[in-house]
Amino acid sequence: MSLIDLTATELQSQLALGHITAVEVTGAFWAQIERLNEQVGAFLATRRDMALEAAERIDLQRAKGAAVGPLAGIPVALKDLICTQGERTTCASRMLASFVPPYDATVVERLRSADAILIGKTNLDEFAMGGSTESSALGVTRNPWDLECVPGGSSGGAAACLAARMVPLSVGTDTGGSIRQPAAFCGVTGLKPTYGRVSRYGLIAFASSLDQIGPMARSAEDVALLLEVLAGHDARDSTSAAVPVPRYTECLRQPLSGLRIGVPRAHFADGLDPEVAAAVQEGLRVYRDQGAEIREIELPHGRYGIAAYYVIAPSEASSNLARYDGVHYGYRTDEAALLAEWREESRRLMDAGDTSALQQSDNPLVRMYRRTRAEGFGPEVKRRIMLGTYALSAGYYDAYYLKAQKVRRLIRQDYDRAFEQVDLILGPVTPGPAFRAGEKASDPLSMYLVDLFTVGANLAGIPAISVPCGFTSRGLPVGLHLQAPPLEESRLLRAAYMYQQTTDWHTRKPSLA
Amino acid sequence: MKQPPEPDHLPYKIVIGLEVHVQLATRTKLFCRCNTQFGAPPNTQTCPVCIGLPGALPVMNDEAFRLSLQTALALNCQIPPSTKWDRKQYYYPDLPKGYQISQYDLPLSHDGFLEIHDSQQRFESKRVRIRRAHLEEDAGKSIHDERSGTADSRIDLNRTGTPLLEIVSEPDMSSALEARTFLDELKLVLVYQGVSDCNMQEGSLRVDANINLHIRDRETWIPTPIVEVKNMNSFRAVERALEFEADRQFDVWQETGQRLGDAPKQTRGWDDQAEVTRPQRGKEESSDYRYFPDPDLVPVNVSPQQLDQIRRQLGPIPAVLREQLQTQWGLGAYDADVLVNQGPRLVQYFTQLAEACGDAKEASNWVQQDVMRRLKEQQTEIDAFPVSAATLAELIRMKQAGQLDRSRAREVFQHMCDHLQSPQQAMTALGIQQVDTAELSALCRSLLDKNPAIVADVKAGKQQAIGSLVGQAKKQNPNVNPAQVKEICLQLIAEMS
Amino acid sequence: MSLTRQDVEKVALLARLRLAPSEVDTMTRQLSQIVDYVQLLSELNTDDVQPLAHAIEVTNVFAADQPLDSLSREEALSNAPHTDDEYYLVPPVLGS
Ligand SMILES: [Mg+2]
Ligand SMILES: [Zn+2]
Repeated sequence: MSLIDLTATELQSQLALGHITAVEVTGAFWAQIERLNEQVGAFLATRRDMALEAAERIDLQRAKGAAVGPLAGIPVALKDLICTQGERTTCASRMLASFVPPYDATVVERLRSADAILIGKTNLDEFAMGGSTESSALGVTRNPWDLECVPGGSSGGAAACLAARMVPLSVGTDTGGSIRQPAAFCGVTGLKPTYGRVSRYGLIAFASSLDQIGPMARSAEDVALLLEVLAGHDARDSTSAAVPVPRYTECLRQPLSGLRIGVPRAHFADGLDPEVAAAVQEGLRVYRDQGAEIREIELPHGRYGIAAYYVIAPSEASSNLARYDGVHYGYRTDEAALLAEWREESRRLMDAGDTSALQQSDNPLVRMYRRTRAEGFGPEVKRRIMLGTYALSAGYYDAYYLKAQKVRRLIRQDYDRAFEQVDLILGPVTPGPAFRAGEKASDPLSMYLVDLFTVGANLAGIPAISVPCGFTSRGLPVGLHLQAPPLEESRLLRAAYMYQQTTDWHTRKPSLA
Repeated sequence: MKQPPEPDHLPYKIVIGLEVHVQLATRTKLFCRCNTQFGAPPNTQTCPVCIGLPGALPVMNDEAFRLSLQTALALNCQIPPSTKWDRKQYYYPDLPKGYQISQYDLPLSHDGFLEIHDSQQRFESKRVRIRRAHLEEDAGKSIHDERSGTADSRIDLNRTGTPLLEIVSEPDMSSALEARTFLDELKLVLVYQGVSDCNMQEGSLRVDANINLHIRDRETWIPTPIVEVKNMNSFRAVERALEFEADRQFDVWQETGQRLGDAPKQTRGWDDQAEVTRPQRGKEESSDYRYFPDPDLVPVNVSPQQLDQIRRQLGPIPAVLREQLQTQWGLGAYDADVLVNQGPRLVQYFTQLAEACGDAKEASNWVQQDVMRRLKEQQTEIDAFPVSAATLAELIRMKQAGQLDRSRAREVFQHMCDHLQSPQQAMTALGIQQVDTAELSALCRSLLDKNPAIVADVKAGKQQAIGSLVGQAKKQNPNVNPAQVKEICLQLIAEMS
Repeated sequence: MSLTRQDVEKVALLARLRLAPSEVDTMTRQLSQIVDYVQLLSELNTDDVQPLAHAIEVTNVFAADQPLDSLSREEALSNAPHTDDEYYLVPPVLGS
């Protein structure tokens, strides 16, 4: 077995025993990146020399008998909307194509002090807006199981690099399903933590009240290992939860006895791909066989989730993305062209004696803003900025934003009630498997509906995990979705671990890897 | 009491409301830990949070919040149990996030008031209601090419994120003078609380005014369109801008007859040189700020215990202090006003002085006539004043004991200030000594002998003739106490008869 | 369609986006479609429901008023598209 097929947990113990070195591990994954990234397009940027240097340092430390961090010598990929000091962080947008943050995100600080090897930045939908990574302005990412298909999104690169064995651990973000959906599409395990569990400081915001950073890996055990490093209170994030973080890797192996699993009937209704339904039903059977009690539950407001989400997320996004105006950082339109255009137009209006049009015409600054943003953002980002601006504008706030926030509470209350009866909620992650590239590109609403089962956890702020549970006849992975009450990540991890002890879906490997 | 003049002769009432932005005296910014010190080189006091770099997040400054509550209490405001932060969204190059973090529908305080009065009684004392006071972050500074308008504008973000308290009054002021007085009193309250240095030059206090007229129409009043006046760089400018604006608006009314609602709210800038207001340049884009709760910040709950604690630590309130100076120290309303308007340190100096010398009236005179004049001449503050209250009290006691007359005491005081000396040292340096009573009697006797004509005048009842003798005595010995000379001479003349 | 071209043009100015005429058409159609879908929310009576702004309801988070290091000017300006090494520069605000 090659090094790249080992899980992070296995690598960790081999490294600790001195059977392998960090340089060997980094070198092996680097070779796989070199071999496959051109086809898969998971990474936007890689840093071979710095990664190898860091690996050497760790080997040296270990040789001296010095203490090393929990991820010492293990390569980790970062979704490219997490700020890394001195290294480009682009959000897969033309707007930030050359943006170099002068600071590290809190999770990056934590990874560095855990001695992780930061090997590269992964592709995503532009500003994390999308479910296929197709809205990236900087690269195309393909699904390692079928290069014709999308890897999902927005953490498409983060999921694809795991499936293709380019890294053992990957950090993604999830605003409406952006960790869980690509995890399902690529056959890997991904967890969206409770809102506030992982610091958002240094995560470039899409929708601040929904965004969470989370771990992605090829097993629940590895997800636990990475979450332990990422999670924890941060004084720089006012929304960070000031609660202790359990030792996930230690409690992982405790089986859950008397587990009560709730299944929302609506999640198996029409529109669900039959092969996906079958795989998820099969997953449910695994739990039943392990003694879990299965109950049908209702989440009565679940069907309003997408509508609430597509008001709240774009509204917050329209505000969060206002800062990209070409003044303080990022892309700016060609000024000479802009001033020439303005002079030309002013002269024309003046000659025509049209003073009112002259007064109404944009001044150079407003022109600079509008051109910069029109050129710097892609169509999906513009669409959401427009939608959010509209929803927050005078006269519409109550009908859209406020209404959606109220529905959000109803959705949260649904979960609170459900969790009085059950320990976990189980269902499919997505209505179907990975789709072909370009298939939904012309129809934004159909793309939005892909998030149907995942947005609830973001709106309610609860943790949820996507676990591989089978394949379609075409060989595309299917994901099983588990949701738990706030701060119960350990329950999710234990349930996923239990599942992965008796199934091997998570160990399957795409042929190109 | 004199009745204030009724503006009955005016065919209209002036209606003024003020919006004051006050920079709070914190060490760091509202949502990051950058220094707030004024005058640093451009763009040297910023960080990822206040430049609005992608990914950075705000965390509320606890001191800024405490100072806001303190101010709100000093302005008699209601403090709701919970408050939150909202984003006010607009594009401007000195606003790096594209929104200002402010407070919209749940401000940290509301419904307070401030009493204003005029010691010259040009208007009747009144209570100006405070609609709300809320906390928000400041924007940066833009430097424009005012002349040609074609060069690039330059942006300095040092000020971005500095905590501001926005205090909004109800439109309760009916003259430029009332507005001016409100600002003076507000500034005094803020200075007494130590919550802001209120330095208008450095921008730590900024005023916008809303003004319109209510035109008399038999039994009713017709409101005219509201104008917001900006760009006023001193309280004096506010007063003059509002005087100008009231006249201008009446002219417009007579010309157009436009009522409130007929025209949109206009923004005009005060031109201090030309002494006129002008419509502000730039396209009139109807503002739609798209306020919504900032998801990066959490609400703040304020407990009654916390409020009690702040209330206990509240600094003196000027209005209360004026009252105290009258009732506890027996000062007149005018004197109390003058002292309180000088600020808390001077009032403290006064009370220390009054206590030490045992004569509040005398202490008040010294402070107002000598200390304040000296401060003005030297352009310093009472904190840097070289003569402590205790030392000045010593001098006053010597004067009270008859050792010095008022004018000599003043000389001594000047010398004490100039040379940082005690009264004794200053007197020695000036060659002022106690003149022996026997010596003084001898001097007087010789003067009377030499001036029989004056003696005769005095005997004939012309007491003021004695002044000439006092002058001669001083010429012979500058240390003599004129009052004493006068007294002894009169006594000797009386003995002669 | 629930939005007009004029609505879209107005929103585009508010959002400081410039849309080509053909983009205005597409945007009007797509936004209308999404807004129509979102109308689903109006089915629900939410009169007595408090809005939920934060998924976890934390309050009173503060930092102490203690200065920390700022960025150097070089770092602060390092990402700016146009500076004079002292200030950020932007096209004239006072156009005429
Ligand atoms: Mg304000
Ligand atoms: Zn700062």
